Amino acid sequence: MAYRNGDLMGRVSVRGVSRRFVKNGVSHTLALENIDLEIEDKEFVCFIGPSGCGKTTLLRIISGLDTPDGGDVFVSNEKITSPGPKRGMVFQEYSLFPWKTVMNNVIFGPLMRGVKKEKAMEEAEKYLDLVELTQFKDSYPHELSGGMKQRVAIARALANEPEVLLMDEPFGSLDAQTRNSLQCELLKIWQKKHLTILFVTHSVDEAVFLADRIVMLTARPGRIKEITVVDIPRPRNRTSMEFNQLRNHLLKILAEEQENK
Amino acid sequence: MVKGRFESLKGKGVEILSIVSALIIWQLIAVYVVQNKFFLPSFTDVSLAFYSVVSRQMDFPVDILSFTRQIQMPVLIVDLLYSLMHFFIGMIGAFLIGMPMGMLMGWFRSVERVFDPLIEVVRPIPPLAWIPFAIIWIGLNPFGAGFLIFIGALFPIIINTFTGFKNIPRIYVEAAKVLGCNKDRELIRHVALPSALPSIAAGIRIAMGVGWMCLVAAEMFGVSKNGLGYKIWHHYYLHNMDFVLVYMLVLGFLGLLIDRLLRLYVEGRLLKWRTGMVI
Repeated sequence: MAYRNGDLMGRVSVRGVSRRFVKNGVSHTLALENIDLEIEDKEFVCFIGPSGCGKTTLLRIISGLDTPDGGDVFVSNEKITSPGPKRGMVFQEYSLFPWKTVMNNVIFGPLMRGVKKEKAMEEAEKYLDLVELTQFKDSYPHELSGGMKQRVAIARALANEPEVLLMDEPFGSLDAQTRNSLQCELLKIWQKKHLTILFVTHSVDEAVFLADRIVMLTARPGRIKEITVVDIPRPRNRTSMEFNQLRNHLLKILAEEQENK
Repeated sequence: MVKGRFESLKGKGVEILSIVSALIIWQLIAVYVVQNKFFLPSFTDVSLAFYSVVSRQMDFPVDILSFTRQIQMPVLIVDLLYSLMHFFIGMIGAFLIGMPMGMLMGWFRSVERVFDPLIEVVRPIPPLAWIPFAIIWIGLNPFGAGFLIFIGALFPIIINTFTGFKNIPRIYVEAAKVLGCNKDRELIRHVALPSALPSIAAGIRIAMGVGWMCLVAAEMFGVSKNGLGYKIWHHYYLHNMDFVLVYMLVLGFLGLLIDRLLRLYVEGRLLKWRTGMVI
């Protein structure tokens, strides 16, 4: 990829980001306060924190769907002002276009970038293969299970060949089994592709299983409470001692935060 | 298979019985109780009248570019063609103006604020109240009739397109933006329009119903010498109440047919991505 320039690509810099919500012009909620964060290329970072702490808001700001009131976000040294195809996003809600087949959902991004349809479909096969849904390419979303929908959503985001993949509790509404198998699948994809992943979750277990680093945010207003480096080698065993030690540690500070709220 | 067919016919027994008994009661009342063809033509009178309008031929001028010829056609078919022409002039006009208007109002808040109050004032005026202006502005021609149907069909299309656009789930718009679809025009075309299609289709269906109801009145004021609505008044002046009833029934059945065809088309072609949809 010609436009990528060396070590800058896939790097996310959040500098002094604040976000204030104004309701009816009167009551203010400070959702994020002065967030500073550097995320390296190809890093897998999870965000956890008490509910309503602004994790999703931070992700939306990085995607460009929301704009900060203070501070800036740079991805690959480029200032983010609007959403763009270099930052893929997978939402918590099912966001597949219900009027398009699985295949047409996946090629939507490439078509918007001006890729020819035949070429886009050829490429899309690869991504559907990656999430093991090739045989469902002509199905409509309503014919798929929740886990399958999220896999298609991942394939759709990857089809744009993003440098950064933003995931907002993508497995939040799935049952525990599907969730575990999708986590493994995501790790496989992440290892195959050159990709930085920012992953919001409310599950400490999920964060410890997936992340290189875990960013814990405080209760409102959201500030960075603690950044934990997870140096357990992959594949990680959810029942191992070190896994549970880290889990307990994180659960404890999360509980503290919940009380402070 | 045979058993299945028999079963399905048996399943419709009550419905068939209901229609057959209604016809028999109508016939008996007309012949023995009312005994007056002017007040209540019997089923057989109406059947004969129907046979007459189907079998009687008349000239139908076909005039396409340099090709001009008189074609012989049954009277009823000629009336039907005229009515469909009036109907579709109005419907197509309402579609071409109502859809873009509803879309712009639903997508841009400023457009909504400009047009919404105007629409709210004009909308409650019954379409038939526009007849005098239809005559003065457009005149006694098929477009005059089409104008009334246009007025009747316009507002359901605007309102439903508008509502459909207002109710687009935000998640689809955001998903499209993140995938690189950022311009209003592209978002409308690729996200808003397909997402709002069920509502728009429902609006067109309502509009067709209203337009069809305006048809009789639209043909009343002498826009042509043919048309299903026109013939109702024509035969009324001639005191041929059996013919009046024939045209009433044809209007009813045709309205039903148009509605069914539209529903079939919408459900089969446009909305196969939705299951169990009711419009």
